[in-house]
Amino acid sequence: MHLTKDQVEGDFRRVHTHLPKDRDLTEPTQLLTEARGILREKFLAADIGVTGANFLVAETGTSIIVTNEGNGDLTQILPKCHIVIASIEKITPTLEDVSQLLRVLARSATGQEMSVYTTLSTGPRRPGDLDGPEEYHVVLLDNGRSSMIGTDFQHMLRCIRCGACMNHCPVYHAVGGHAYGWVYPGPMGAVLTPSLIGVEKGGQLPNASTFCGRCESVCPMRIPLPGMMRHWREREFERHLTPSSMRYGLGLWAWVAQRPKLYRLGTRIVMHVMGYYARKTGKFYAMPFASGWTDWRDLPAPQGKTFQSEWKKRRGAK
Amino acid sequence: MSARDEILSNIRRSLRVNGAEGPRRAAVEARLSGSPRGVVPARGQLDAKERIGLFKKMAESAFASVAIVQRPGEVPAEAARWLRDNNLPAALRMGEDKRLADMPWGDTALELAQGASDGRDLNAVSHAFAGVAESGTLIMTSGPDNPSTLNFLPDNHIVVLSGADLAGDYESVFERLREAYGKGVMPRTVNMITGPSRSADIAQTMLLGAHGPRKLHIVIVDAA
Repeated sequence: MHLTKDQVEGDFRRVHTHLPKDRDLTEPTQLLTEARGILREKFLAADIGVTGANFLVAETGTSIIVTNEGNGDLTQILPKCHIVIASIEKITPTLEDVSQLLRVLARSATGQEMSVYTTLSTGPRRPGDLDGPEEYHVVLLDNGRSSMIGTDFQHMLRCIRCGACMNHCPVYHAVGGHAYGWVYPGPMGAVLTPSLIGVEKGGQLPNASTFCGRCESVCPMRIPLPGMMRHWREREFERHLTPSSMRYGLGLWAWVAQRPKLYRLGTRIVMHVMGYYARKTGKFYAMPFASGWTDWRDLPAPQGKTFQSEWKKRRGAK
Repeated sequence: MSARDEILSNIRRSLRVNGAEGPRRAAVEARLSGSPRGVVPARGQLDAKERIGLFKKMAESAFASVAIVQRPGEVPAEAARWLRDNNLPAALRMGEDKRLADMPWGDTALELAQGASDGRDLNAVSHAFAGVAESGTLIMTSGPDNPSTLNFLPDNHIVVLSGADLAGDYESVFERLREAYGKGVMPRTVNMITGPSRSADIAQTMLLGAHGPRKLHIVIVDAA
């Protein structure tokens, strides 16, 4: 999803060397057909299929996966053994409770009424069955969930991973998923990641928010995401976890910003130098002290003038 | 202390409970045994006649095709017509479902095969356990009657749905599953299927036929 059509074609040609070299892969449908054929063989040959679960049902001991492709179904129906790995907050009491969640999941994720395949699996192959796994194992994983109960972050355990908060987040749209640096991106990741890996390591994520509140307003589970990001910021501040480079950097900026002449001179020089170095491409691919940005995306370069000088010029021209 | 005990005691500590409280156990018991329904959208509560129209509309908007016939005896001819119109081979795989077996397949020129699919069949026909009008969803249950591989491996899937089995909402179908299999008991696999397989992973373009069927044709048998 994060690659272009041409990148997919390049990877396919590099890896699928047994297929004719002169085959046409210009259309997405040709790429999809090739992926379908290659993966179908892998599904048919696999001994063990591992899936997650969107939901687990206590009433019946059922695990549920939701896909549009059918990949999850081939994974669990063809191999001899199906292993489900799911964290404990996926457990719902009854099938009626799951019905409520299914109604909001696809709508909030992709705008569909219902995803194409919602599959309820309960145990291994039964007597008389002609297909299905001979063994069925469910591994319930805590992974930090039980210690979230009773804290400010308990709401996060309601999350059904629909992605609505990401679909509507201006920060996520600007920086992309990789910039979040861990499993869960977007607003829900900014709240969940510090809970799972600690605010010492994940503390910058809840700071990367404009607090516009769209995530909370579109969340079908009514999770108060900005409020919880605020909690993390408070904790980070209380524990003096802001890195010293950031504290000194902000202190230095404040010192300069209080001296307008120095500020104007300094910014003029920096903008001029940066604009000169990037005059050909208009962007930086690498930058000292900013690899956290440039490792993942290009940094747009200033065009040589400062905002203040441009402002003065345009106002003067009126 | 096992990992399970550790997790449970962690949860109890966080909730400040010991797990043996009467009212808490009673609440869980009532929820599981009563399985109360939540909010059901108005369009999930239509009468039998309106349901068929809504089901057709919703299934077609999910890119399935829908045909309505009046008697089970008309299904083979409809299946043959659909395969012919889509320029597909006149061959079909099906399970042991008696409702399908009783249909006059001999009146068509279709070549029939029985049992689960090994991934080499182009076309299959299955009988649905139920349908849900709310979202145009088919409910398929596993077993020798309708092996689950038929829902996924063939390129083209025909599903027969009896009009009497068409429910308004998911909850009604789950209630019917309880009646058929017993409370707390489920078939090994229940597939809820809404349209043919698709993916939008390449270039954000929605394409049909990712890993499951490229085409899904639903034949509703409606005596009314």
